[in-house]
Amino acid sequence: MEELQHLFGGFAVALSWFNLMLMFAGIILGVIIGVLPGLGGANGVAILLPLTFSMAQQPGGDTSAIILLSCIYWGALFGGAITSILFNIPGEPWSVATTFDGYPLGQKGRAGAALTAAFTSSFVGAFVAVLLITFLSPIVAKFALRFGPAEFFSVYLLTFSAFVGMSRGSPFKTIAAMMLGFAMAAVGIDTVTGQLRLTFGFTDLLKGFDFLIAVIGLFGIGEILLTIEEGLEFKGAKAKLDMRVVLETWKELPRYWKTSLRAAAVGCMMGIVPGGATPASFMSYGLAKKMSPDGEKFGTGQVEGVVAPETAAHAAGTSALLPMITLGVPGSPTAAVLLGGLLIWGLQPGPLLFVEKADFVWGLIASMYLGNIVGLIVVLTCVPLFAAILRVPFSIIAPLILVICAIGAYTVHNSMFDVWLMLGFGIMGYVFKKLDYPLAPLVLALVLGDRAEDSFRQSMLLSQGDLRIFYDNGLVGGITTLALLLLFWPLISRGLDLVRGRRPRRD
Amino acid sequence: MEESGQDVGRAVGSTRAWEAVVAGIFLAFGLVVAWDSHRLGAAWGSDGPEAGYFPFYVGVLICISAAVNLYTALKAGAEGGKPFVHWGQLKMILTVMVPSTIYVALIANPWMGLGIYVASALFIAFFMRYLGRYGWLRIAAVSVGTMLAFFLMFEIWFKVPLPKGPLEAAFGFA
Repeated sequence: MEELQHLFGGFAVALSWFNLMLMFAGIILGVIIGVLPGLGGANGVAILLPLTFSMAQQPGGDTSAIILLSCIYWGALFGGAITSILFNIPGEPWSVATTFDGYPLGQKGRAGAALTAAFTSSFVGAFVAVLLITFLSPIVAKFALRFGPAEFFSVYLLTFSAFVGMSRGSPFKTIAAMMLGFAMAAVGIDTVTGQLRLTFGFTDLLKGFDFLIAVIGLFGIGEILLTIEEGLEFKGAKAKLDMRVVLETWKELPRYWKTSLRAAAVGCMMGIVPGGATPASFMSYGLAKKMSPDGEKFGTGQVEGVVAPETAAHAAGTSALLPMITLGVPGSPTAAVLLGGLLIWGLQPGPLLFVEKADFVWGLIASMYLGNIVGLIVVLTCVPLFAAILRVPFSIIAPLILVICAIGAYTVHNSMFDVWLMLGFGIMGYVFKKLDYPLAPLVLALVLGDRAEDSFRQSMLLSQGDLRIFYDNGLVGGITTLALLLLFWPLISRGLDLVRGRRPRRD
Repeated sequence: MEESGQDVGRAVGSTRAWEAVVAGIFLAFGLVVAWDSHRLGAAWGSDGPEAGYFPFYVGVLICISAAVNLYTALKAGAEGGKPFVHWGQLKMILTVMVPSTIYVALIANPWMGLGIYVASALFIAFFMRYLGRYGWLRIAAVSVGTMLAFFLMFEIWFKVPLPKGPLEAAFGFA
């Protein structure tokens, strides 16, 4: 039970007054970010990242900084549920499945029950995922200490193949978006030879594209444009949560323990493999609908239909941090932004982090427990406040969000060029969203591009250009095989359908 | 926002056309990436892979997937005929994008950069007036108030310097 010892050490780090205050601040900011259109977990954290630069330089400050940022993430996860249930507007893509039953519940006057169920199951999902992180991540990290460049490249390959295999849209669009990310990551000075790549003589391109700018533009500006196009009107159910409703709902919830458990399992699995929270929530909703005795009533306002997607989304969102801290491979855009934060603070994410910065890692894990408890308390008590934010007219909120995005983009490198880039990325994000080009693989490729390339080059150097190095031993061969299976999954599943004599599905 | 956004005005291009345009841009970009990497050397040098080794294949993959996307877009059936965006929607987007572009240009330019605070205040004021039709008093309160709060937060509290213009200089903040 070495983990428990470490964990208690982590609680000692996380439980200072300053860190608790940061948790509250982070959760509240996060919920606001999750509620507002155009601001989400990924770009919310990206915008606030520069503010932590000076904080992280103080001794022990990197732990406080990651606590602040990860709590913003938890807050954003909670916040998505509020808008789905009260306004039928999913604040985040993973809350779309929550609207199916959450909004009808709100219309029936049971918004309180829906909110309580959503928050509580979010908490349960996150809790299961944190337990998993606590006990699994030291094992994964220890295992990964033996990884060489070939193993790391095969893990990157697995990450990116998972996007292709699990995407619900066209696999070629996923590949195109992903490779665009890799190409943009290659822009600038090549770290090995020092040569300039893809700069075409523009000095502004020398330092390459920063993924934080891409995240702010693609998710922030792009989202605002989509919201405006839909001509948003906020018409919502009344938000009131009194203790009586909360307690009554809590009495009802244990009945759905099977659904919760299934949802948490689906979420954890999808979170570790980068597929992310959004497919996890849909999958879990579908499973619950199939397996619940009240399955036919789903969609008319069933508490169980809120429990399933919310538990899965939170479990996935939380467990996405497991590969991030153990391997340095983020499972979601927000985890990628957190990873970028670690790099900027001078920490090297990956298996060595557990050895060299044990107090940081365990402080982070302990803060996940505390942050989710704080989160549950904050959202249960402050719902009317957060719902009021959505009543602020759009003509005030929209320019404010744009200003915040501009400031966030500027502060990354103190460069106006980045603000222009952000606008460009915004238009790109809007067009990509409309045409179903996925943004998450683009962002992840932009973050991991250099590292994936380095590990590929190093493996090629080791083997003198022989691709067989990726089948050199059981470990790397296993990961590579899995990656290739996932990569060609769209083809394989179509083939299976044909064999079974079914009409192949049109994607 | 008087317009509901749905089915406002005629369509601006079909989804098929836009798919094809975007795939075409991808194709061109992939060619540029592959060409530039080839120029740098995408082969095996004396000391291992050359600088263009990895990006070259990235460029090739972009070209392949873009070609498939282009083909899919062109042969798409009735679904491809769906409108990409309606004129009314595009108008809403332009009312955001055009002022945003002017806003970024106002922050800093070689002729007269206003700084981020003044430009932001003007930007918020424009939106509140043009889309929200608020009274000037309320506009002034919101735009100046938030920017004052931002100024305190960034310049004083977090000590993160943002672009400043003549107004800040007049108060002694360079």
